[in-house]
Amino acid sequence: MSKRVGLEASYAVAEAVRMADVDLIAAYPITPQTHIPERLAEIVANGELDAAYIPVESEHSAMSACLGSAAVGARTFTTTAGQGLELMHEVVYVASSMRYPIVMAVCNRALSAPLSVWGDHSDVMAVRDVGWIQVFCENNQEAFDLMLWAFRVAEDPRVLFPVMVHLDGFTLSHVTEPLWLPEQEEVDKFLPAFKYQFALDPDKPMTHGAFGIPDIYSEAKKAQEVAFLNSKEIILQSWKEFADVFGRSYAPVESYKADGAKTLLLTMGSFSETAKIVIDEMQAKGESVGLVRLRLWRPFPYEELRQAVKSAETLVVFDRAVSSGMGGPVCSEVKAALFSEAVKPKVAGIVGGLGGRDMSVKDFERVINRGKEIAKSGSGEIIETVGIRG
Amino acid sequence: MAEKKLKVPEDFTWRNMEVGNIITEPGNASLRKTGDWRSMRPVLDKEKCIKCGLCWLYCPDGAVKLLDDGYYEPDLFYCKGCGICARACKKGAITMIEEGEK
Ligand code: SF4
Ligand code: SF4
Repeated sequence: MSKRVGLEASYAVAEAVRMADVDLIAAYPITPQTHIPERLAEIVANGELDAAYIPVESEHSAMSACLGSAAVGARTFTTTAGQGLELMHEVVYVASSMRYPIVMAVCNRALSAPLSVWGDHSDVMAVRDVGWIQVFCENNQEAFDLMLWAFRVAEDPRVLFPVMVHLDGFTLSHVTEPLWLPEQEEVDKFLPAFKYQFALDPDKPMTHGAFGIPDIYSEAKKAQEVAFLNSKEIILQSWKEFADVFGRSYAPVESYKADGAKTLLLTMGSFSETAKIVIDEMQAKGESVGLVRLRLWRPFPYEELRQAVKSAETLVVFDRAVSSGMGGPVCSEVKAALFSEAVKPKVAGIVGGLGGRDMSVKDFERVINRGKEIAKSGSGEIIETVGIRG
Repeated sequence: MAEKKLKVPEDFTWRNMEVGNIITEPGNASLRKTGDWRSMRPVLDKEKCIKCGLCWLYCPDGAVKLLDDGYYEPDLFYCKGCGICARACKKGAITMIEEGEK
């Protein structure tokens, strides 16, 4: 029997890591992720989890330690945010290219400068291309669930890719909410022990991390990309199995009251919960609006996205980051996904919620209305910001 | 040991890459020719050599091989031409010459 408890999202993440019975945690504390490594250090010190805890000297070292851990077939966890993710950037690529199923919780934080410890998605957008499976959470239950699920999908022998679970800094990481905690037997049923075919073993010598001469590098990248795209099927399958065990289901793209809506708003992460309220309010006023949330960010869910938005007239994409000189990164990807479709909505991109700037229900109403205007005027290339003075 | 190959064979495609590019056959680095970007080449003068083995000890690439007759000779399949063996040799038995020179 699951039990209903009140937990801060960071603690929910730590609890999932404990129940996943990880073997190694290597993490460096950084706001707003600090509560996760703090809590895990406590759990390990208390003997509630039999794991190696490496208090590394930097995020670069954290990810490097994780590589070694995964190489011997240990279940491996790390967590970071913002600047920390940037510092480990180089090694983040190595994890996916070497197919190490490391799981990382990222408490999304704005990148400097100006220095900000508050949330947005600029750190996520800097790691779009690293080859990790990436998902977004909206609330504490999802943070717990997706963390547990991440180990399962990462370690599947048909996948073997690292997974990033994104939760918004502060607006999710520090929020206390009720959630269902499962029994250990249910977790064990869903998450079998990690068995790694290529674990380093002195009795069976092999080489991990050899260099790739020009004769082999392209083949290596092709093999990696094909395997990454193929992981989507296992992602879908494992979400089905998650639903079978725990009764909660997840999908790459999730819609909210979107059936038949002429205008759709697209969001990612915890702000989607606020966006749901604006959809409720605008529908009550008789407006034809709905919400689409991207849950699976990588591999990008092309097909599911096209299906979810194809009958709308207007799609307003809300970005919490700017790709300098280019606009909203999610918006540009959404446009690319729809480019070759014969029937598609007009797409308008609006940027907001940067560096911890809150987005109220009213703000989202402005986003939707302004997005409609942009789409109607046909100037779909304009990138606009919301909630900025002047 | 497999035959020394200079190129990846045509029939080795991306489908043959092991997960994570892991190499499951140990010791196959010896198949790779590392001597083809050398600009200087060590030449051994057996007249001067006293078979002390210092060159063998100092070569950072393990490219100096021990011959049946007890002499030590750089193996040009692997030698990168760094010149360390020539510096290490106390008898001046190794001379570095430009590649392309006779
Ligand atoms: S030149 Fe350098 S690489 Fe070549 S045999 Fe001498 S020490 Fe070894
Ligand atoms: S160091 Fe000089 S003398 Fe000694 S084995 Fe090598 S070539 Fe001969």
